[in-house]
Amino acid sequence: MSSSKNKELQKLREKVKHGGGEQALEKQMALGKLSARERIIDLLDNDSFQEYDMFVQNSTAVFEDDRKEILGDGVITGTGTINGMPVCIYAQDFTVAGGSLGMMHAKKIIKIMDRALKMRVPLIGINDSGGARIQEGINSLAGYGEIFYRNTMASGIIPQISVVLGPCAGGAVYSPALTDFVFVVNKISKMFITGPEVIRTVLGEKISAEDLGGAKVQSQISGNAHFFAQSELECFDQIKRLLQYIPQNNRVKAFTADPLPPRRNDIENIIPQDPREAYDVRNIIECITDNSEFMEIRSGFAPNAVVGFGRINGESTAFVANQPAVMAGVLDVDSSDKISAFVRFCDAFNIPIVTLVDLPGYLPGVDQEHAGIIRHGAKILYAYSEATVPTVTVILRKAYGGGYIAMNSIHLGADSVFAWPDAEISVMGPESAVNVIFRKELMAAENPEDVRQHKIQEYKKKFASPYVAAGMGYIDAVIEPSETRTMIAHALKVSQGKIKSAPDKKHGLIPM
Amino acid sequence: MNYELLTIGGTDYKTTLTEKFKNRRPWQKPVYNRVVLQMPGKITKIFITPGQQIKPGDRLFVYEAMKMRNVIYAQTSGTIKTINVSEGEDVGKNFVLAEME
Repeated sequence: MSSSKNKELQKLREKVKHGGGEQALEKQMALGKLSARERIIDLLDNDSFQEYDMFVQNSTAVFEDDRKEILGDGVITGTGTINGMPVCIYAQDFTVAGGSLGMMHAKKIIKIMDRALKMRVPLIGINDSGGARIQEGINSLAGYGEIFYRNTMASGIIPQISVVLGPCAGGAVYSPALTDFVFVVNKISKMFITGPEVIRTVLGEKISAEDLGGAKVQSQISGNAHFFAQSELECFDQIKRLLQYIPQNNRVKAFTADPLPPRRNDIENIIPQDPREAYDVRNIIECITDNSEFMEIRSGFAPNAVVGFGRINGESTAFVANQPAVMAGVLDVDSSDKISAFVRFCDAFNIPIVTLVDLPGYLPGVDQEHAGIIRHGAKILYAYSEATVPTVTVILRKAYGGGYIAMNSIHLGADSVFAWPDAEISVMGPESAVNVIFRKELMAAENPEDVRQHKIQEYKKKFASPYVAAGMGYIDAVIEPSETRTMIAHALKVSQGKIKSAPDKKHGLIPM
Repeated sequence: MNYELLTIGGTDYKTTLTEKFKNRRPWQKPVYNRVVLQMPGKITKIFITPGQQIKPGDRLFVYEAMKMRNVIYAQTSGTIKTINVSEGEDVGKNFVLAEME
C-alpha cells in the first residue's frame, strides 16, 4: 500500500475524531458534558471500541443553500465490550450539527441496532441531540420511525439501554421510552415531548427545561428514567454494574459470580413486631444477598415499592418488595407500574424473582381511583401470572386482602411461598375486619371502644397469623427469619429447570 | 427518622409520605354552570347572547388554538347569564368565557 494512501486515511480519521471542532467541544465541556467519543471510551472496556461507518456522509439537504459536508453525520457507532462482554453502542455527537438526526445519521444507528439484534448482544444508545434535522425534511422522520420499529422488535430479545446525556426532545424521546433502562444525569439530561417554548406559546405556562423534564423530574415524578447520577462518570459506573446482573440476550442466563455470604446477619432485628411500625425493607434484602449488595432500580420513583438486583449464591436474582418506610408500603398507580414493568423485564431475561411482602393494601383516594388504579393495579396480577421464571415469595409481616393476592401469591403461580412466624395473612386488616364483622355488637355495646379492642385481639389471635393460610396449603412453609436466605436459595435451585407452558397465542393483552 | 401517620383500613401506620402524595390536589366537584377555556386562543365567533336559553350540543364559541378552529358546545342546558369575552379577543387557559344559571 502506498504511504500517501495511508496518510490520507490517517488524516480522515483524525478529522472525524475531532467531532465538531475545538470550539464546539469546548462549549460541550463547559456544560459539564463529555464529548461523544469520550463517553464511548469511558463506558467501554479499555481499547475495546471498534468504530463503524466513520466516513458516512450526510444526505443532501432539501434546500441547495443548506448543503454542507458532515463527516460521520453526527453520530458515532460501533462495538466494544463492557465487563468483558460484547455490546453494540452509538453516541450522538452534539458538537456535529447539534447531533441532529438526518437520514444517514439514522441509517448508522439502524445498522448498529440490526447488528446488536443479529449478534444477540445488548444495545446502548447515548442520546444528545437537538432533534430532527429540519434541512433533511421528512427523511429524518423516517429515520426516527425505523429506529422505534427496531427498538420494538428487539424488545425482550436483547437488553436495550438508553443514556440521555443532553437534550432528547419531541419524537426522539420515544426511542428511550421503548428501551428497558433509561439513565439520566443531573442538570445534563432533558427529556420532553413538547418543550418549554411550545408550552409557553400554546398554554401560556412558563417553565424551565429542567423543571419540565430534567433528570430529577424524570427519575422522581414521571418515572421515565430508571437511574439518576450526579455525573456522567457515575452514570457509566451504574451501567457497568447493571450489566453484571442482566444476560446478553433472552436465550442465556446472566453470568454467575463467585458465591459470597451476606455481610450483615441482623435479619431478626429489623422488623418491629407491631405491624404499624415502619422499617426499611432494603435492610432485609441486604441480609439475603451475596455480600449484602443490592442495586436498586427506579429508586426515586414510587419509593413505596423497592425493585432491583442482587445475587444469591452467585446467581443474579431480582427483588420486589413493599417498602413500609414510605407510604406504609401501599400499592398505588406508580408502584404498580414500577413492579409490573420490572417483573416483565426479569421474566423476559431469565432472572428469578424474589418477592418480599409487607403491605396494608392499596392507597385509598379519589386521585388514585380517577388515575385508574384498577387498570394499573391489574398489571401486577398480569405480570406475575404470566411469569415463567422461578419465583419465590416471602411474607414478612402484613399481607391483607387484594395486596396479598397481587404480591405473587401462590394463587398467581409463585413456585414457593414462605411466611415468617409474625406474618398476618387475612382478608383485611384486623381493625377493618372487626368493624365489618362485629358492626351490630359494636353499635349495641355500652363501651364500644373496649369491645372493639377486645375483638381486635381476638381476631388477631384467630386469623392474623400464617397458620390459617399454611393450613390451607397457601403457604409452603413457615420459616424463621434467619432461615430466609437458605430457603430462598434452595427454592430457586430446585426451580431452575422450571417449564411453564402457556396456551398458544400471538401475545397476551396486559391492561395499559 | 421523622415518621408521619397514614391511615389504611382503619389502622394508623407510622411511615413517611412522598412529596407527590402531599402535593396531590384534593378532589372538587365539577362545576357545570361555567364555560371554561381549555387552551389559550383567539375567540373568533360568539353564537350566544345573555338571557339566551341553551341546551346540550348548542354551539357557543369558536376559538383558534393549536392550528385549529375549535368549537365549544354547551354541555348542559340553562340560561346564559354573562359573557366575559368579545370576538377577536385573545384569552388564556382556564378563562371563564360565560356563566349560566
